[in-house]
Amino acid sequence: MAGKNSSEPFWWGLFSAGGVVAAFLVPIHIILTGFALPLGWISDTGMLYRVWWVKIYLFVLITLPLYHWAHRFYFALNDMGLKVIRKPLAVVCYGGAVAGTVATLWVLISV
Amino acid sequence: MNGATATLNITRYLPGQDQIPRSQSYSVPYQRDWVILDALNYIKDHIDGTLSYRWSCRMGVCGSCGMMVNGVPKLTCAVFLRDFYPQEIRIEPLVNFPIIRDLVIDMSDFLDKLKSVKPWIIRKTEKQISEGEYLQTPEELSAYQQFTQCINCMLCYAACPVYGMEPEFLGPAAIALGYRYNQDSRDQGKESRQAVLGSHEGIWQCTFVGECTEVCPKEVDPAAAIQRSKVEITKDWFKSVLLPWGQR
Repeated sequence: MAGKNSSEPFWWGLFSAGGVVAAFLVPIHIILTGFALPLGWISDTGMLYRVWWVKIYLFVLITLPLYHWAHRFYFALNDMGLKVIRKPLAVVCYGGAVAGTVATLWVLISV
Repeated sequence: MNGATATLNITRYLPGQDQIPRSQSYSVPYQRDWVILDALNYIKDHIDGTLSYRWSCRMGVCGSCGMMVNGVPKLTCAVFLRDFYPQEIRIEPLVNFPIIRDLVIDMSDFLDKLKSVKPWIIRKTEKQISEGEYLQTPEELSAYQQFTQCINCMLCYAACPVYGMEPEFLGPAAIALGYRYNQDSRDQGKESRQAVLGSHEGIWQCTFVGECTEVCPKEVDPAAAIQRSKVEITKDWFKSVLLPWGQR
């Protein structure tokens, strides 16, 4: 039994938060950047990504759904019978999300 | 009656005689108001007394007569012949469990798991009888009432693909009942259930397929109990890690 010291609540917490972001923020973001801006409903100077709170928003928007993907994909592959290689799978899935987080952070800091 | 008959293809397995389960076909009089269990009882009484299956209340309360009906876990007292007639009906024992004989499965794994979540009210200190009852508001009752409806019929275990692949998984009904007692305002045993519920073989092995809730004949919604348990245990985990006074 994994018990209290298990890291599962941590990864599930990120998965869960990522799901909320993907379900609520991503559709709004698609409407904003996919429709409202190109159709001219709202105007943008093109510099908004340099504002500090927009950076935080983008960080949350981009990184949390990565963990949602990682967790779901990891379990889907396990269910498909790849349980025998679950350790390397976990490294690829969760490691991929961590790499995406680091890359996002780097881009947001450097722009 | 017009002499109409319904055909049931039933799994037979006699240990010591059959190497593997086989299917046997039976024709029973077709009655519009018969449930599958009535047809099984007709077979037992009039055609083949050797057919073995569990049943008791025939009214969706005891949870004994769960079987696979055309591949779907059902209480056979709650499914009518007319829902399938004139097609043949396939009756098999609940999947994901060992077969003891014919339609009778070995439920000992489920019973062990059920016991492991301590599905009873735990008090640190019992009140004296003279102090009166443990009172509850309607809100406190509604926090867990839905989960008290579980009749341990194990349809959710037959429906759960995770339990099918990972037999060590605690499973939907046991988690729902553990959650039920955790939510009870009279209970103080949450801590003693967390080691089992919060383990990998507990809630974390669930991948939220949701079939348990689909097949539940009592609308218990075990999938909701599992997801809510995940939220609660995750909150406790983050609190214990992030807050300096949190206890690990």
